[in-house]
Amino acid sequence: MRRASGPNDLLILIPAFNESGAIAGVINEVRGVLPDAPILVVDDASSDGTYDLAKSAGARVLRLPHHLGLGGCVQAGYKLAFELGYAYVIRVDGDGQHDPAYIPRLLEVLQQTGCHMVIGSRFYEQNGQHTSMARAFGIGLFRLVLRPILGKPVRDPTSGFVGVNREALQVFTGSFPLEYPEIEALVVLQRKRFQFQEVSCRMRPRKTGRSTITAVKSLYYLIHVLLGVFVNVLKFEGRRRKK
Amino acid sequence: MERLLNAMTILSIVLMIAVLFSVRRSHIRVEYSVSWLGASLFLLILSRSHWTLNWIAEQLGLSYPPLALIILVFCVFLVVFYRFSVVISDLKDANIAMAQRLAIVEFQLQSQNEEQ
Repeated sequence: MRRASGPNDLLILIPAFNESGAIAGVINEVRGVLPDAPILVVDDASSDGTYDLAKSAGARVLRLPHHLGLGGCVQAGYKLAFELGYAYVIRVDGDGQHDPAYIPRLLEVLQQTGCHMVIGSRFYEQNGQHTSMARAFGIGLFRLVLRPILGKPVRDPTSGFVGVNREALQVFTGSFPLEYPEIEALVVLQRKRFQFQEVSCRMRPRKTGRSTITAVKSLYYLIHVLLGVFVNVLKFEGRRRKK
Repeated sequence: MERLLNAMTILSIVLMIAVLFSVRRSHIRVEYSVSWLGASLFLLILSRSHWTLNWIAEQLGLSYPPLALIILVFCVFLVVFYRFSVVISDLKDANIAMAQRLAIVEFQLQSQNEEQ
């Protein structure tokens, strides 16, 4: 895989675990939108041929030696992207839920606003996106909790369709939540007083496989994420000394 | 009370022997055996020293000394489990970092081979 050659180089990062049914389609769709952007699939030790399918589709594949979970998988990709000198990384999930047509918009916001992270949001504008009642309740709760911590509202804190710039990339190479990373990642960035923006996107139903958050795991997810958020808040640095 | 204390003595001796055997067979590393050996020695002393147990029960305001022993056993194992949670967390972090590093190094080697 080539090193980044310019200050605006973008890498598309696709974390994947047992996504053989969707991965080739996602790669081809990304290629259709951004023919020249390098695509890195991080295979989280899949057992269903995801690795071979991703390679056949023309992506470069970072293969983890054993299953690390979503956070460890994404962080591995961030570490490689940082080492290769990329200025921007946009994460697209390997299950086909994220429409690559929005990638240029995410990149544009990252480049033009100078914010550190951009989130593809289902709820930023009234774009007719609906979700289950349980999920809507969870998202509503996270919005409430995050509002005072982040100092501004975040409409879709569970979205994994995110782009980061090099400064955020550097932070994430050192500190990135391992399970259910999306929400905690926002707090990690807030600790550094980084800025984020949301961009309205439409999400699609996943093409294959199941969500990592099943009904049984929902309560565990809620408690885990809330605990993770508060632990990260405890790590906040004190007020900066006035110079 | 005497029966409970005897049972505790036997339990602590069995624990001590089991840990020493495990260390000898390299099933437990020496540094992690220290917590268990310390805990079993502590319990052995408490179960054999009536004066110490009575004194602790008095300090805790307990009229029945064996209850103090049970509370102390609980506290000792709580400390040991806490210590091992810290160790496991460190190991998990190290394991994740190593797996990521291994994957990145393999990836870069593969890229170099393809370029040549």
